[in-house]
Amino acid sequence: MDRTQLGEFIKSLKPDATVIEGKQFIEVTVADTELHSLAKKLRESEETWFDFLVCLTGVDHSNGFEVVYHLRSTRYGHMIVLKTRTSGREKPVLNSVCDIWATAEFHEREVYDLLGVKFNNHPDLRRLFLDSSWGFPLRKDYVDDVNIVTK
Amino acid sequence: MLFTTVSNALSTLSEPWWKVFYDFSSLTKSIDEGLRNSMPSFWAVTLEMLIIGVLFLLFYAAIGLFLVYWERKVCAFIQNRLGPNRIGPYGVFQTIADLVKLLFKELIPIKNADSFLFNLAPYIVIIVNFMVLGAIPFAKGLHAIDFNIGIFYVIAVSSMSVVGVLLAGWSSNSKYSLIGAMRSGAQIVSYELSIGLSIITIVILAGSMQLSEIVESQRTGWFIFKGHIPALIAFVIYIIAGTAETNRGPFDMAEAESELTAGYHTEYSGIKFAFFYLAEYINMFIVASIASTLFLGGWMPFHVGNWEGFNHIMDFIPPFFWFLGKTFFVIYLIMLFKWTFPRLRIDQLLTLEWKYLLPINLVNVLIMAFIVLMGWHF
Amino acid sequence: MEEIIKEVVVGEQEDYVINMGPQHPSTHGVLRLVVSLRGEIVKNVQPHIGYIHRGIEKMCESLTYPQIIHLTDRMDYLSASINNEAVCLAVENALEIDIPDRIKVIRTIMAELTRIQSHQLFWASYGMDLGGQTCYFYGLRDREKVLDIFEETTGGRMIVSYNCPGGLMYDIHPNFQKRVKEFIKYFRSVLWEYDAILTGNVIFRERTIGIGKLSLEDAISYGVTGPSGRASGFSCDIRKHEPYSAYDRVKFNEVLYKEGDTYHRYLARVEEMRESMNIIEQLIDNIPEGPYAVKMKPVIKLPEGEYFQKVETVRGELDVFIVSDGNKNPYRLKFRSPNFVNLGVLNHISKDFKIADLIAIAGSLDFVIPDIDR
Repeated sequence: MDRTQLGEFIKSLKPDATVIEGKQFIEVTVADTELHSLAKKLRESEETWFDFLVCLTGVDHSNGFEVVYHLRSTRYGHMIVLKTRTSGREKPVLNSVCDIWATAEFHEREVYDLLGVKFNNHPDLRRLFLDSSWGFPLRKDYVDDVNIVTK
Repeated sequence: MLFTTVSNALSTLSEPWWKVFYDFSSLTKSIDEGLRNSMPSFWAVTLEMLIIGVLFLLFYAAIGLFLVYWERKVCAFIQNRLGPNRIGPYGVFQTIADLVKLLFKELIPIKNADSFLFNLAPYIVIIVNFMVLGAIPFAKGLHAIDFNIGIFYVIAVSSMSVVGVLLAGWSSNSKYSLIGAMRSGAQIVSYELSIGLSIITIVILAGSMQLSEIVESQRTGWFIFKGHIPALIAFVIYIIAGTAETNRGPFDMAEAESELTAGYHTEYSGIKFAFFYLAEYINMFIVASIASTLFLGGWMPFHVGNWEGFNHIMDFIPPFFWFLGKTFFVIYLIMLFKWTFPRLRIDQLLTLEWKYLLPINLVNVLIMAFIVLMGWHF
Repeated sequence: MEEIIKEVVVGEQEDYVINMGPQHPSTHGVLRLVVSLRGEIVKNVQPHIGYIHRGIEKMCESLTYPQIIHLTDRMDYLSASINNEAVCLAVENALEIDIPDRIKVIRTIMAELTRIQSHQLFWASYGMDLGGQTCYFYGLRDREKVLDIFEETTGGRMIVSYNCPGGLMYDIHPNFQKRVKEFIKYFRSVLWEYDAILTGNVIFRERTIGIGKLSLEDAISYGVTGPSGRASGFSCDIRKHEPYSAYDRVKFNEVLYKEGDTYHRYLARVEEMRESMNIIEQLIDNIPEGPYAVKMKPVIKLPEGEYFQKVETVRGELDVFIVSDGNKNPYRLKFRSPNFVNLGVLNHISKDFKIADLIAIAGSLDFVIPDIDR
């Protein structure tokens, strides 16, 4: 199906998600509590079949942490962007999608390590690159007087 | 007084001096007589044993140094590079430099390790090597102990080296050494069988276990040609099993550097490590020399049946050089294996022995016995 | 939302835990594997990474786009040209600049040469890991010829930094075409040796066939791309599905196998060397004339928005995700590195194999650790 049909189908799966046609891909924004159910439906429905989670990125915004999922279908070849935002910067929590795509395990550990977003039901949420005494370096308000030189 | 005895001995030789190289027995007999004449027989025998011991020590050291250098050169030429070429002309003093470096290293004592066994283990391996070296015929007359059960003695004594390996792994008090020693022990004990059966094949052909007789009966042709098919199969199996016995070549999982660590000799440093290292090369020399004695004729030149002229020309080269040449040829083959093939996994190694080599060996022994009975050998 | 975090228990009580520490000859870099064994059988492999984490993504937030190119070289240093190309293409597509043909063709040739030299190093070190130490010297002997070509044109052997937004840093050396043609002729005549030494060797086949099987569903679910994924049947070659640079005008095969074991991951890489040589041969004679760089503004600012660029590096799919707020520095730059994702599958496929097989499996997945850690 082409992009408009895909957008309409996804809107029908979850009516309260926002579907925009971006320059490169269709962007679907959804609330953080609804993410897991929409992701599961996208993975399992025959018309979309998004079985390949290409990239899971955490972005730090002033009103919360945004996690961007790039999904691709090996059967049809189409690709969308799924976005969600946590409800604040204090204690950011999301639901993990490890049970849907196994590759999310390492990606979510990285987001936890560098940004501090915790994921529920993750099989092994430990810090990945840094040890437990570091802060969360990728946050915009991370301050390190010794190692970072700010102009 | 010692010098006068020896010079008297030399002067009683009834032949020109260079004939000594073709038959050492005349020299050894005259030294023996000279010594017995000048002192009580107990001291003469003791002095003889001392001389032979010192000669063997020197030989061991010289061969060890040479083999380590040669391995590095062979390895380098196969890998398209030059190898040691700075210390001494063509790098010949490299091993001596390494030896001096190892002598200076600190002998790190291990806490909680059984220090008596820890220190004993390298010496066991070396003593076993010496005992086996004594029974090998180097040239006509250069044969230290000539048992009538020569080859049986060799197999029996060389099996004791596994004790040294297991002791080294156990007394190091380290997980990795223990794993390495167990693997090594299992491997050595399994391949003993194959070596024993290949040797039995040749003993059947030769009709005797005495090493000097085995060499003498190859005067008309080497056993590998006389006993055509079964002898060839036995030779191939012997080379494979010999490489596995000495933990070399594609069978060196127990001490593989890219696996866990260096296996049973991880915790050894300095001169003790040098002993293990040297013992491995002398083991390889022993395996090769037994192969050349049994299959390739020992010190016997290359004779073809009754071709008098050809045999006479071959006789011109002294037997000592024939023996060394054959042994170094087999060593060269073994070295080529190591640098060409990847490693076998430990269970594949043991599968190879128990499921493939052992049945082939047993059938081969039967074939050889059949051939000897029917007289179908040359 | 409230937190539900599970208690993490790795391994069981009677497992024998060993540590293949950060310094190990076979892990190709600073990777620490904590292996739980039962006897010789591997039950669990936990990779501990971060020994070479340099914070590249954080650094990129304070650098301009031409400066970021030099950091991408150092991520997966064996596919340096292609990493550079990823960021350059992201910037060029975001600004909608038309790149002349000459630049595209040269970028493709450099990318394929990079692929060949990385696979040569893979072959060399894989043989050495399994015990055939001679392979290391034969592979590196041939790799030196490619590195000499790189050095003549770009000045650097491995870290080339040749691409930049808008084109190339400088034009190719006059000898470039001649040397590349000589190299291809030489390498084709020598490539049979690689098959003779390792591919057909009985011991090698025993060590690799049937070991570490990765099924197609698992490859897609774990996101394993590159030759490791293609050996399991996952058709993921970006050069075929979404061609960039000059890949739409060359004919080549995507190397796919169905079995997904270690042997076929190895074989996929050796075959890819042949395919790369085919691609280079189709392009090397007709490099179009033209400028080697397009004039760009002195300060490059991407318009506000999100940009996503995929390239096929040597080990898989590298994605560059740029979130820009209109400044000269990106607001967030994320590299989805192939090695990071491929590492996630190591635990899954090494279960119930022996510890010697773990070395073979980890070698066949062909990690470059700085790419995992970034």
